[in-house]
Amino acid sequence: MSTTWLIVVLVGAATVALKGLAPVLLGERELPPPLARVSGALAPALLAALVVVQTVGDGQALSVDPRVAGVAAAAVALLLRAPLLVVLVASAGVAATVNALT
Amino acid sequence: MSIMMEPNAISVDRTMLGGARDVAPIAFAALVIGVSFGILARDAGMGVVAPIVMSLTTFAGSAQMAAATVMHDGGAVAAAVAAAVLLNLRYVAIGVSVAPSLRGRRARRLAESQLATDESWAISQDRGRVNRERLIGAGLVLLVAWTTGTVAGAVGGSALGDPATYGFDAMFPALFLALLAGQLGDGRARAAALTGALIALVLTPVAPPGIPIVAAAAGALIALRPERPA
Repeated sequence: MSTTWLIVVLVGAATVALKGLAPVLLGERELPPPLARVSGALAPALLAALVVVQTVGDGQALSVDPRVAGVAAAAVALLLRAPLLVVLVASAGVAATVNALT
Repeated sequence: MSIMMEPNAISVDRTMLGGARDVAPIAFAALVIGVSFGILARDAGMGVVAPIVMSLTTFAGSAQMAAATVMHDGGAVAAAVAAAVLLNLRYVAIGVSVAPSLRGRRARRLAESQLATDESWAISQDRGRVNRERLIGAGLVLLVAWTTGTVAGAVGGSALGDPATYGFDAMFPALFLALLAGQLGDGRARAAALTGALIALVLTPVAPPGIPIVAAAAGALIALRPERPA
């Protein structure tokens, strides 16, 4: 098996296992209330972390580059209650413009 | 769009079609990011078929990007797999929140859990729980968009140029910011988001990629505190 296919198979199998672990092992059992509250708060915690890492993360380093301008534009668009497509196009447009100018 | 801003509103359509419809703008982003992945994977020497198979089976954008980046930089198989697995560790937590909403036998639960991505999971949030129908509807649309984008990027290859030229690299965090904006309904959620963001920011320069996001899940522990009486 080539290196590429080895990676595709291993990463695929690992991801299937990680996604399915709790649904297969826990079954339909409900979580106790405190854990259910924590589970409900996972979305904001993880999404906020993804925003940070993908805006200023560059491998194991922080980097301020055109992505920051793009995400700032998205934040402004969100505050103005713009539709999601406008938010996304604004982020890409501003990041591309800053990228071209620097 | 009202769904994005008020995920807990009574008007949330709790059907597969509702999930599919509400995820449409996100699917556009998934398509574009899929193109970026296809280009990156092709440049990394993965060929055309392997990236497409990976999008269909792994179906997790950031982990696929990370694996392709390691390959592109000439890293070892173990390094590529480790980077992807670390990034996907958060799916254990996502799986815990999805589990009570799935029904039926283990094989079916395993199959349905594969449709959970950051985006379909965010779209399926319904009053602090996951709505199974919305998760499946949104997940299927995203799978088609993500794979279609990958095909375009892998076939078109570097003729399309560097994704950063088009600002595609900013679209990913912008999408997560929009998803986050729909999740900040109560003080507990805002506290969890702030804590998660701080953990990720502090750990990024010192921990291997993937770990900061996994550690940020600890921000949700702030919800252990009981709700304050209104």
